[in-house]
Amino acid sequence: MEKLQQLKGVAAPLPRANIDTDIITPMKYLTSATPDNLHDHTFEPLRFMADGSENPDFILNKPGYRDSVILIAGRNFGCGSSRETAVWGIKGMGIRCVIAESFGDIFFNNCFQNSVLPIRLPAEVVADLMAEAGDDQGNTQFQVDVAARTLTTPSGRSITFDLTPDRQTALLEGLDDIGQTMKEDAETAAFQDKDRTARPWIYELGTID
Amino acid sequence: MTTAKTLFDKLWDSHVVRSLGENLDLLHVDRLLIHDLSGSRAMMDLNERGLTVRNPELCLSVPDHSVSSLPGRTLASSPNGERLGGALRDMSAAAGVPHYGIDHPNQGIVHVVGPETGFTLPGSLLVCGDSHTSTHGAMGALAWGIGSSELVHVLATQTIRQRRPGTMRINIDGELGAGVEAKDVILHIIGHLGVAAGIGYAVEYAGSTIRDMGIEERLTISNLSIEFGARMGMVAPDETTYEYLHDRPLVPKDAAWDTALEYWRGLPSDEDAVFDREVSFDAADIAPQITWGTSPGQTVAVTEEIPTPDSFVEAELRSNAETALEYMGLNPGDNIAGTKVDRVFIGSCTNSRLTDLRRAAAIAQGRQVAPGTTAWVVPGSGIVKSEAEAEGLHEIFLAAGFEWREPGCSQCVATNGEIVAPGERCVSTSNRNFVGRQGPKARTHLAGPAMAAAAAIAGEITDVRALPPIEGSE
Ligand code: SF4
Repeated sequence: MEKLQQLKGVAAPLPRANIDTDIITPMKYLTSATPDNLHDHTFEPLRFMADGSENPDFILNKPGYRDSVILIAGRNFGCGSSRETAVWGIKGMGIRCVIAESFGDIFFNNCFQNSVLPIRLPAEVVADLMAEAGDDQGNTQFQVDVAARTLTTPSGRSITFDLTPDRQTALLEGLDDIGQTMKEDAETAAFQDKDRTARPWIYELGTID
Repeated sequence: MTTAKTLFDKLWDSHVVRSLGENLDLLHVDRLLIHDLSGSRAMMDLNERGLTVRNPELCLSVPDHSVSSLPGRTLASSPNGERLGGALRDMSAAAGVPHYGIDHPNQGIVHVVGPETGFTLPGSLLVCGDSHTSTHGAMGALAWGIGSSELVHVLATQTIRQRRPGTMRINIDGELGAGVEAKDVILHIIGHLGVAAGIGYAVEYAGSTIRDMGIEERLTISNLSIEFGARMGMVAPDETTYEYLHDRPLVPKDAAWDTALEYWRGLPSDEDAVFDREVSFDAADIAPQITWGTSPGQTVAVTEEIPTPDSFVEAELRSNAETALEYMGLNPGDNIAGTKVDRVFIGSCTNSRLTDLRRAAAIAQGRQVAPGTTAWVVPGSGIVKSEAEAEGLHEIFLAAGFEWREPGCSQCVATNGEIVAPGERCVSTSNRNFVGRQGPKARTHLAGPAMAAAAAIAGEITDVRALPPIEGSE
């Protein structure tokens, strides 16, 4: 996984609640999805008109916002289906940080598996950020510092966000959970040994023919 | 400090392999369900990384998302069936993962297959790369949906890193009115709490209404937990659970059953256990529901009017309602009943079990699907299908003009090419009415199986309780 330490660039306001992962990655693209081929279809129902042309009102289509690296979204962003493709798609569009009052839990977790930083902030703060991001035709720069856990706005306001130490380290160092856990496999083996006595029925499944 | 524990606490604590600090634990995974959409992909990733499945005997793979529901189908009958279902079959065989393939009598939707085969057990921790894994919580299991990176992690290590959520108890007490089903209960709850109320919580459903329900109805309730943001939604195991499980193919037998039973009896929340949040509902307040929007929380009683955007105080909800009504092509202020429908879909991991099909069949019996309406019944699994056929339910459906199809996810998600056409309106017993869920520009109204069957007969959304009696009866 690549590292995420500093981020600097335009933030796009998307003030709509409950954007689900079906909107972010429509189902029809899932069967052939890879982390690299989704960005053209990300947010399709919002991004394109019925005839396939770009929707000029969608923020990421507007001049100045096309290269956004941060998305400031309405609450409960990424709710719905567990599809990790939603994160792949957003990341493929160049977005490495999403700010919202709240997130779908699975989406929130999936972000960290892909070096994307989700930031939860109170509703008033999110509203202020949207105002600041929306004012400037996308000309001003937001900054995120993962080590310091700060977000700096174009007007110079600095906001501290929550990030647990394990996730912070994983982002800073580009660490992967799987390798870590495999190193601790002896503990899983020990757990299973003991557990076989306590809950033998977990391990003795009937036969599948 | 109290030592009283909730069902959730007991389940969680018994699976901690190691604490990783900050409320983060490494948990043992007892059961992994693998399906053709997320699972094939994850098994490929695993192979590419040169890793192997750590405990294949604790996994079960079944194709459901991509398979056709056409009678007489093969993997080749759907656009991606061969590629995804075939990959799942081959990789499962190579890894030694038990597999119910498309021709196996037990094939079906993962969330139907797990409980009915006894793969899902009370006291177990079960995950699957699918958000509706919350379904299995109805068996007294700790179950939730995971993303594809997490899925590779589970395959390789038989563990998962997880942050401990808060606890929420939802109490529903009293008797349900005539014609009111489990689906109505959970839609009513989501409509009242809002689609984000469960975020960060593991939910336990309790109260006399839940106790009085059969397992299949509880599965419907737990299934929709994720639709208000809760990844886990469980019901304490009880005699109903044990009776349901006894003698299912994969459950422990003989002495192992007795040991398990003793363990399971200790799982329900202690009398004085405290939950972080508690809410209560009165069963008597619940009417048959039908959604009007593009989020499961946008639901009304079938007797109500389509809401006007102005009726939402909050600006965000108001603009969501506006967009949803436009997409759905509905006129605010009109009665929701009387809205013409093109299609009816009875199926999905929410409502495709025997109890659901019996309820739908009771409405269909002796009646006819309205001209111009296409109605499908897609049983959740091969087991459901054969049980239903043994009771003659398929004959009732066929005589009434419904199609009787092969098991799978089908039109719930349309990954298999079975879509609702653009602009068409469908009453569906599934769990998501999202924009484009059943196909581009498809309009979905969620409802329970009886309401869906009634819509097929009437050719419009209608109150199942007010369906005209069959001529010559009574
Ligand atoms: S039936 Fe629908 S909700 Fe259930 S697993 Fe299949 S696609 Fe997902």
